[in-house]
Amino acid sequence: MATVTANPTYKLELTSSPHVHSRWSTKQAMWMVVFALVPCIVSAILFFGIYQLTIIAVSVGFAVGTEAAIKYVRKRKITLNDGSALITGLLLALILPPNFNLAFVALGSIVAIALGKEIFGGLGYNIFNPALVGRAFLQASFPVQMTTWEQPNYAVDSVTSATPLASFKFDAVGTELNTMLIGNIGGSLGETSTIAILLGGLFLIAIGIVNYRIPLAMVIGVILFGGVFWLVDPAAYQNPLFHLLGGGFMFGALFMATDWVSSPLQSKGMWIYGFGIALVLILIRLFGGLPEGVMYAILFMNAFVPLINRYTQPTVFGGAK
Amino acid sequence: MKLFKKAKTFHGGVHPNEYKELTENSAFEIMPNPAQIIVPISQHIGKPAKPLVKKGEEVKAGAVIAEPDGFVSVPIHTSISGKVVKISKESNVSGAPKHAIIIKANEENEVELMPSLNPDTLTPEEIRARVKEAGIVGQGGAAFPTYIKLTPPEDKKIDYVILNGCECEPYLTRDDRFMLERSNDIIAGLKLAMKALGVEKGAVGIEDNKPEAIDVMSVAVQDEPDIEVVKVKTKYPQGAEKMLIKAVLNREVPPGKLPLDVGVVIQNIGTAVAIADAVIKGEPELTAALTVSGLGINNPKNLIVRVGTPLADILEYCGGVKDNAHKVVVGGPMMGVAQFDFAAPVMKATSGILVLTEEEIKAHEETPCLNCGMCVGVCPLKLTPTKLARYAQLDKIDEAEKLGISVCIECGTCAYTCPANIPLVQWIRLGKERVNQLKNDKKSA
Repeated sequence: MATVTANPTYKLELTSSPHVHSRWSTKQAMWMVVFALVPCIVSAILFFGIYQLTIIAVSVGFAVGTEAAIKYVRKRKITLNDGSALITGLLLALILPPNFNLAFVALGSIVAIALGKEIFGGLGYNIFNPALVGRAFLQASFPVQMTTWEQPNYAVDSVTSATPLASFKFDAVGTELNTMLIGNIGGSLGETSTIAILLGGLFLIAIGIVNYRIPLAMVIGVILFGGVFWLVDPAAYQNPLFHLLGGGFMFGALFMATDWVSSPLQSKGMWIYGFGIALVLILIRLFGGLPEGVMYAILFMNAFVPLINRYTQPTVFGGAK
Repeated sequence: MKLFKKAKTFHGGVHPNEYKELTENSAFEIMPNPAQIIVPISQHIGKPAKPLVKKGEEVKAGAVIAEPDGFVSVPIHTSISGKVVKISKESNVSGAPKHAIIIKANEENEVELMPSLNPDTLTPEEIRARVKEAGIVGQGGAAFPTYIKLTPPEDKKIDYVILNGCECEPYLTRDDRFMLERSNDIIAGLKLAMKALGVEKGAVGIEDNKPEAIDVMSVAVQDEPDIEVVKVKTKYPQGAEKMLIKAVLNREVPPGKLPLDVGVVIQNIGTAVAIADAVIKGEPELTAALTVSGLGINNPKNLIVRVGTPLADILEYCGGVKDNAHKVVVGGPMMGVAQFDFAAPVMKATSGILVLTEEEIKAHEETPCLNCGMCVGVCPLKLTPTKLARYAQLDKIDEAEKLGISVCIECGTCAYTCPANIPLVQWIRLGKERVNQLKNDKKSA
């Protein structure tokens, strides 16, 4: 027991208040996201085979390596243990087609970290979601490979190897909604199983890392905007439920649009951002040249985040309403 | 259905670990008089008092040893009998040394009291005079002279006095104990404050983590139709004046304004006790009630100590500090001041001494801001702490002022929450300081 003297001989910390801190740290939050992605990784292996792990490994490996290399060259502290590069690599892998060329995976991963994040100054300063930047680069560079979809392992014969969105858009073939819920459909590694995505996403919402407003605004937006067209002409336009379960919507809503750095600060801004993504998404899906538009919709709204933040500054407590 | 009435509250806020269980069931213990007291002549906001005693002079407990200097100032009494050793600059719990009168105790134990008064026949002026004479200051932390709060400008119409029984800072349980042990005196003090202000309505706001205190206080106001006990939600900073007024009366104090601008005067539970003691018993503010707690102290306690008792004596009395003590804080963990010199004395408004270990502090590495928006979500004043901190850092004071930096009450909720562990409120404090500096520069230019 240390004795009490007027001038303590042992070391005491002297900083200004507050003296206690919540349990969350950047590192911890990042690892929670990794944990929440486990169901999606499992669904990827389940539907597309164990080989998909190599895609994940290459993507993560190059993301982490690129970040370390850039930090080293810029003579900055290597901050890999915050887990952010790992998440970018993981997210990128999960939004690529199954059995994607590993060299392209590596390229996408390097672009995601170098041009998506580090060029802006690293973690916290990027404007766009880095993983989506990587994917957008691959989509522009290798459009054929990026839209070649392996048939899932347990596919019923009638299901084509195209994604449900593409089947509907180009061949007017619908897909059973319950198949889409489970994920036994053509699509990107981690995007097909809505159940797996919800499992991880709702966990992040429950522990307070993901703000529910953005995904909720996106869901409401899609039901609203998609619903209007569906009601006008149900034969030409799919029902909103199809939009919610199809393509990368759920994954985008829970894991991509909610990226802290590239999403708005204020609650009001989050609603605007979510509705904006939904609107752009529906426009691309219904009238664009591509069957899917989650990636571009999110990247598009990312660009507006500084503006949204500026115009959604809340009134200070007690201030004029 | 009163039973199912929902606890009232405000927007934002956080739930730090409470640690109230360390002391909430220990009744107040009166600590024996120390061998020597150090009495700072400034224990309140405003001008320091002027010393009336000289080195070598004998003083009796309860005697005035420094008189108020100017309007915003209160007298200082000696809390023990003894001899004035010296008057000099001494360590202070605020961090900066302050002028203090050091008194060495003698054998005498009698306290010199003021004449006892009858609360029922007093006029508002008499109440204010006694509150001033007793040297009472606000117990909520800021130590604002209480008699001034009871003397609002004539153009302000006050209609409510609210007692703050939230005690939203973790660890602290002294207000809780006061409510359990001295409920009738608290109501007497509240009624005196109401009378001094000519106000009809009173309320006591208590967080719902103190059900016993709510029960006891509800019994104490049974025969007082104009005083209401209001259950408010347990959430930090529920005890901040603006937050409490919002919860109890749903009134919002505008930026740059005071509670009295919305017709409210807030007093702390401890202040109400002090008012009652000053009027009924004739006792000046000679003691401080405080919670000594934290996982780093051997015997956590609620204590009544003499004003001027050095921290070292109190820590020793509570069994000493453990080897894993990491930080010693005077006040609560959210807004208190870290200490380095245990010779510093307890003052009138000291509410707690905490000995914290690393386990409780949960410090972690600082990373860049990730824009997560958590600080925005928890800020009770609906500010944008991350932006304010960045502007303060860049010395863009104009921008910070536009976003309302001066409205910040420095509750620390943002820095507590920030996953990137950015010292947000600390930067904001710096920014506020700069705002004042620039204003003064303008004035003098």
